Amino acid sequence: MRLSVTGIVKRFGAVTALAGIDLTVEEGEFLTILGPSGSGKTTLLKAVAGFEVPDEGQVHLGDQDVTLSAARHRNVGMVFQNYALFPHMTVAENIAFPLEMRRVSKPEITKRVGETLALVELETYGARLPRQLSGGQQQRVALARAIVFGPALLLLDEPFGALDRKLRESLQLEVRRLQRRLRLTTLFITHDQEEALIMSDRIAVMDQGRIQQIGTPADVYDKPVSRFVADFIGESNLIEGTAANGQVVLPGFGTLAHPDAPASGPVTLLLRPEAMRVGAEARAAHCQAQCTVLEAIFLGLSIKLRLRPEQGPDLLARLPLRPSDPPPAAEGSSVLVGFSPEDVHVVPRG
Amino acid sequence: MRRRDPRARAGAIILTAFATMVFVFLMLPVLVVFPISVSSAAYLQFPPPGFSWQWYQRFLDDPSWMDATWRSVQAASVCTVLSMGLGVPLTFLLVRSRRRGIWMLDRLAAAPIIVPTIILSIAIYGVFARLQLIGEWYGVAIAHTVLALPFVVILVGAGLRGFDETQEQAAAGLGASWAVAVWRITLPQLRPSLVSAAFLAFISSFDELVVAMFLSGASMTLPKKMFDNIMMEIDPTIAAVSVMQILLVGACLGLTALFGRGVLATTMSR
Repeated sequence: MRLSVTGIVKRFGAVTALAGIDLTVEEGEFLTILGPSGSGKTTLLKAVAGFEVPDEGQVHLGDQDVTLSAARHRNVGMVFQNYALFPHMTVAENIAFPLEMRRVSKPEITKRVGETLALVELETYGARLPRQLSGGQQQRVALARAIVFGPALLLLDEPFGALDRKLRESLQLEVRRLQRRLRLTTLFITHDQEEALIMSDRIAVMDQGRIQQIGTPADVYDKPVSRFVADFIGESNLIEGTAANGQVVLPGFGTLAHPDAPASGPVTLLLRPEAMRVGAEARAAHCQAQCTVLEAIFLGLSIKLRLRPEQGPDLLARLPLRPSDPPPAAEGSSVLVGFSPEDVHVVPRG
Repeated sequence: MRRRDPRARAGAIILTAFATMVFVFLMLPVLVVFPISVSSAAYLQFPPPGFSWQWYQRFLDDPSWMDATWRSVQAASVCTVLSMGLGVPLTFLLVRSRRRGIWMLDRLAAAPIIVPTIILSIAIYGVFARLQLIGEWYGVAIAHTVLALPFVVILVGAGLRGFDETQEQAAAGLGASWAVAVWRITLPQLRPSLVSAAFLAFISSFDELVVAMFLSGASMTLPKKMFDNIMMEIDPTIAAVSVMQILLVGACLGLTALFGRGVLATTMSR
């Protein structure tokens, strides 16, 4: 069901956790709230789940106002950060719990628990206790328990935090596939920008109790609306320049023209590390500067360089690396670095 | 196997030796009481000259001993039910309430441990005399409830403080009312604390003398009867009663271990 949140404000004493949040998650959409800890994302989730009553604003599920309804009447499935599986109940009993609360008949419960276990590929684990499962399996039980009753909305509160990287990646894709297949309206909370980029239809970047930007992963990555968003998502080079007469002057790199640049005054430019060109490729680039390689970090698929230009702050460059490629630059050597105006994003000042 | 450095091993040896000494010290009286209870002599004598079940026989045949025992079991059972019935909800209030000043109630709940039992007994005597509760086993049960309440509040409180409240939130999110969440999710997980609290409440009443001396009057509880027996006609029956009591408590401990897994660990680590 469609979730819409309007004008939510929540204060704890003198601290404003949520300073007016407007947000809509369309039916079947996967929307991620991405923000650092303390940004208010957990408070927002609690207001949607019914564990926290907002001071102002409304929460609508479908066309029903649920702002003041108790959590148990909202029909919202939630996967907690620590899963919150009931340790004294078996996997099957855990998954049956929400159905029991809805007074579903015994045979129907058995049938649906079986189906849901199959959905998360844990058919043979029904009789186990949660502590007899691995972290990834527990996570899937928590997911099964949250979707078995056909919730109007699925809430995921940093559910992958405790898992190791490989497992996390496979579960992320699994959850995404399941969500698409069941067309579950999903609100996902995370501080991990990579995870947000992988999983989401749209991302809402939150900071200091406000949504800073909302858009598709490509939008927030390529066209951040503020320094904070540019910095928080992905790695970034933020270069300060000065605009005058339709040209932006960048210390060390010469000048460039950009349609989004203001006519005059200071300008912040965002350059993703993968937009940087190094060596022969840089010669054709519009802006160039000679840099010293401070560090060359081998990342497998690519190599990351930390560069020091003659003027201005250090820069990051990420170059794709095929096995047959020679190392592009040794630490301590001097290379030509450049970029094209098309790869530059002008960060609005606010 | 993990290699251990010699200092750690020395520590382990000292710890074991110390624990053994404490164990022996605590167990020595039992080693004396058991033989005396099966003594063939007519008075307390150690070592006993011969073997006989006569003192057990006397205990089981004497209606005044049996009445006292039965009365104590009744009083301890009622005390357990009352102190759990009052103590568990009270603990939820004390642990969960965000009201200011709740800590005062928390301290007050522990007061019966701090106030000398004899003072408490005199005070309760004054009240119960007016209510005509003196000489009734349920009067003793009620007074014992006051004494047992702190044990329940402390033990269940420790369990509840260590309990992850998101479990209740999860249950609420899945459609459970608060009462159902507590009954189905919280209490089962607190079982070790609940079992040890109930056990302690029972024992504290079953073994209590001072309050019983003031309140039980002519209808004596078992500890009061034992006390009178020692004062007036000391004979090995007292040893037989002690052994029965030890066995009963031992049985309780066994049951606790069986039904409240982790109880002892809970009492010690929290």
